[in-house]
Amino acid sequence: MHQLIISAAAEGDTNPLVPNAWEMLVVFVGFAILFFIVVKFVVPMFEKTFAERAEAIEGGIAKAEKAQAEASAALEEYKQQLTDARTEANRIREEARAEGAQILADLKEKAAAESARITAQAHAQIESERQAAVVSLRSEVGTLATTLAGRIVGESLNDDDRAARVVDRFLAELESQSAGAAK
Amino acid sequence: MHLPAILPWGAAEGFSKQMLLVLLSVVFIAVFFVLAARKQQLVPGKLQFAGEAAYGFVRNGIAKDIIGGRDFIKYVPLLFSLFFFILVNNIYGAIPLFQLPTFSHVGGAYVLAGLVYITWIAIGIRKNGLRYFKLATVPSGVPWYILPIVIPIEIISNFVVRPVTHSLRLFATMLAGHLIVMIAGSGIEFLISQENILLKGTSVLVLAGAIAMYMLEALIMVLQAYVFTLLTAIYIEGALHADSH
Repeated sequence: MHQLIISAAAEGDTNPLVPNAWEMLVVFVGFAILFFIVVKFVVPMFEKTFAERAEAIEGGIAKAEKAQAEASAALEEYKQQLTDARTEANRIREEARAEGAQILADLKEKAAAESARITAQAHAQIESERQAAVVSLRSEVGTLATTLAGRIVGESLNDDDRAARVVDRFLAELESQSAGAAK
Repeated sequence: MHLPAILPWGAAEGFSKQMLLVLLSVVFIAVFFVLAARKQQLVPGKLQFAGEAAYGFVRNGIAKDIIGGRDFIKYVPLLFSLFFFILVNNIYGAIPLFQLPTFSHVGGAYVLAGLVYITWIAIGIRKNGLRYFKLATVPSGVPWYILPIVIPIEIISNFVVRPVTHSLRLFATMLAGHLIVMIAGSGIEFLISQENILLKGTSVLVLAGAIAMYMLEALIMVLQAYVFTLLTAIYIEGALHADSH
């Protein structure tokens, strides 16, 4: 105890508020070195990691958001395509219906034309046959006249009345014949 | 409590234990944080996590909260160095063999408080020009007839008392803690050396008290490192935003 008091007294000569210049220098130099190391290495390294980590997290979030946006865009696109496809199908159905109606109308028209054509052909045929008949009739008229002349001659040339009656009858017969052919 | 002078150069006391501890603290802090920060990974290991927690405490808990804004990061190195330099040097007082909080010698506290003093005044001048002294001493919104009283008070409190309290707070708490532990130790020694067995026994009571004081002192060591750094941040913030105070 005595020794302690003595040592304390020996030390106690100095006021504790009066600094030791060499201690101040050591603290100053020590702190300067530490500060240099901290500025040069510690803070940049930690800040770099912090920034990288923040970026990694934010990058992840951004990536997720991008994926989400892409997915919803794709969904929208598919919906759009589906709607388009439905519209297309409707359109095609409508077109087919219209086309069918068109085809039906065409066929009807064609049928009508065909029947008209057949009718016309029949008329033409009938006409030509009639012409042929007229032609053959003309050729027959000579024969008939000859035949008639023969008959008249054969019957009796001196009986005028009878000859006149034969001619009249022949002409009437001929007329009725030509009228029937013209019909 | 001093080691004998290691090298008898210069100072009367030579190269003391206190000086050795100061330099050792620099080595401890630098080695720990450089190791912790060296292999930086996005998913930290244990050492890196501890380092980041310690760094983040000063960066976010002090610098960002007090100074804020976009440029708080500029002051992180200073606050970080101050906090861990003082912390380690204080904690020495609680570690057997070291058993000396180096700031119980007033010189170191003067140096750090002086550096901080120069720093915040320089920041204030760089930010606001010489107008800074007016901003710092003439509070706005005070009636003119009170100004003759207020201005001297502001000058004394900001530019005279502030560095003194800043340094003495640290020094005094460390010295007091150091003295209490020392007195308790020598008290126990004294009581044990008594012939009377009852007197010898009372040393146990002193020991119990000493342990309680030791715990309190350990708390104060951490707290004072925090307080010193926090005040530094507050002074810097005040200098940065002098016009809005």
